[in-house]
Amino acid sequence: MKTQLFRNTLMASLIVQAFSFSHMATAADKIIKIDGSSTVYPITEAVAEEFQRAKGVKVTVGESGTGGGFKKFCRGETDISDASRPISQKEIDACKEAGVQYIELPIAYDALTVVVNGKNDWLKQITVADLKKIWEPGSKVKSWKQVNAAFPDKPINLYGPGTASGTFDYFTEAVNGKAQASRTDYTPSEDDNVLVQGVAGNVGGMGYFGLAYYLENTDKLKAVPIMAKEGAKPVLPSEATVMDGTYQPLSRPIFIYVNATAAAFKPEVKAFVNFYLDNAPELVKEVKYVPLPKNDYEAVKAHFKSLKPGTGFNGSPEIGIKITDLLSRIK
Amino acid sequence: MEHRASVIENLGEVRAMIKRHKRNDLLFAGLGLLCLMLGLVTLMLLFWQLIADGYPKFTLDFLTEFPSRHASRAGLLSAWTGSLLVMTVTFVTAVPIGVAAGLYLEEYAPKNWFTDLIEINVSNLAGVPSIIYGLLALGLFVYMLGFGQSILTAGLTLALLILPIVIVSTREAIRAIPVSIREAAYGVGATKWQVVYDHVFKYSYGGILTGVIIGMSRALGETAPIITIGALTFIAFLPPAPITAEPPFLNFEWLSSGFTVMPIQMFNWLSRPDHAFHINAAATGALIIVVTLLMNGAAIWMRYKIRKNIKW
Repeated sequence: MKTQLFRNTLMASLIVQAFSFSHMATAADKIIKIDGSSTVYPITEAVAEEFQRAKGVKVTVGESGTGGGFKKFCRGETDISDASRPISQKEIDACKEAGVQYIELPIAYDALTVVVNGKNDWLKQITVADLKKIWEPGSKVKSWKQVNAAFPDKPINLYGPGTASGTFDYFTEAVNGKAQASRTDYTPSEDDNVLVQGVAGNVGGMGYFGLAYYLENTDKLKAVPIMAKEGAKPVLPSEATVMDGTYQPLSRPIFIYVNATAAAFKPEVKAFVNFYLDNAPELVKEVKYVPLPKNDYEAVKAHFKSLKPGTGFNGSPEIGIKITDLLSRIK
Repeated sequence: MEHRASVIENLGEVRAMIKRHKRNDLLFAGLGLLCLMLGLVTLMLLFWQLIADGYPKFTLDFLTEFPSRHASRAGLLSAWTGSLLVMTVTFVTAVPIGVAAGLYLEEYAPKNWFTDLIEINVSNLAGVPSIIYGLLALGLFVYMLGFGQSILTAGLTLALLILPIVIVSTREAIRAIPVSIREAAYGVGATKWQVVYDHVFKYSYGGILTGVIIGMSRALGETAPIITIGALTFIAFLPPAPITAEPPFLNFEWLSSGFTVMPIQMFNWLSRPDHAFHINAAATGALIIVVTLLMNGAAIWMRYKIRKNIKW
């Protein structure tokens, strides 16, 4: 009887302990918490892996998407938010209301790549105007012949990211002139590998996604050189053409947003961001994204050092913006 | 003479009918077998595909390495420990609550409209999509109770998810016990609790266990609610150890730790551009299926063992 009683009180105290500990542990441990875009995830993961190995500080990275990441970020739950598009007006307001200030740091480029099936031998290049003709809202283009009379009369099958994606926002802004404006009768998927499969399995297929997914599937897909205007030089997406700014309008900067308070008062967060910017040129390339030009990383580093909070955008993506111009907008 | 002819004619008809019925019988048996095979063969093919794809990663390193950007170096360590710890919390909470609730509903509860309502609700809950539980948990555990995006939250969420399964299977196991056993126990003067604990519970133990394990193996593969409450993807350290060298020897800090689980790790690897990661995903999928099969196998074996020991 006595031992029974003892056992019961022990159990009770353990349960009480369990619950009280659940609040304490977070304060005791130094963990850098990151969440956000799945596009930026591979870069942040690579940095986190190396940083943890080098400095022994724990880093966790989630993948809730840019929007989901900002939700947590503006509640103060994360130190850093990965974003494949600039912070939106709604998110700016949410952060402001919660008193969360942020430092906006571009960390790499992503080249949106327009791809067609590997067996497509008619499309050698495409103008942005033709892309618009295909992708604009209400587009009636059903056959390749409607794009260009010289093309075969094969059905055109379109694959693209879902409407919640930052890639979708940027592509529609760059091609159709308005973010989120797109024809809707294409096959959407949040999983870029599904888009790869779709275009690869369909001679008349066409789709768009980040460069990394094309580079892993060059045996099945063909990237289409983009002409910004009629008569302009067609440009293929590559590290060189993105870095020298000729791959336009489909190359976009991607960002991390750092909680300004954490950057100022948590030495491990500061160390992590500096480590990020120092190692980005190498790690970004390794995960098949395009690094910023060297001078731009210096500018971003100086910007982070100044701890100037705020965004250089007005709540929506901008096409063809220069990193240095962007940083200089924040006073 | 006339009479005899009609009998023979009738006999022919009857034989034809029997033949027809036998043919129908055979037809249905064939159809049933085909349906069964459809499910089985699909599963086998899927499983085989996973094994064939994931084969290069069936190594010990795969289980002892943290996730990495290098597919060849990436492992499941944080994912399987996460799964194990989350399952522990689920087991510890769902089983006592579910079994007690089942026992109460079956043995103690008065039969009235209120218990009917509860019964209908429990059965319906078993069919609620799992993401709904995730949303509930996000509001309740993560924010209202302040448990955060932790192992504790995930374990409790999955516990809610499998609670209806545990309750329903407990009740079914109890119903399988003959009334005569209860009457005999009452007859020799046992109290209700003695009847329930010494007889009803002990004899239905095997059936309850089966339900518990089936529930647990469902929880193991769940992804949606875990993503909803905010599981991580990259986590390259382990939660604090539950057992320590100093008194009180038990440490509950792990409950508040961030985590990832196997299905989430698998999903992440699958969505990568680099095909080498897809091999990791296939190996993870195969592992999840193997663990689930083992759990179900254990359930069958234990039920058999326990049934054998019961002598009425």
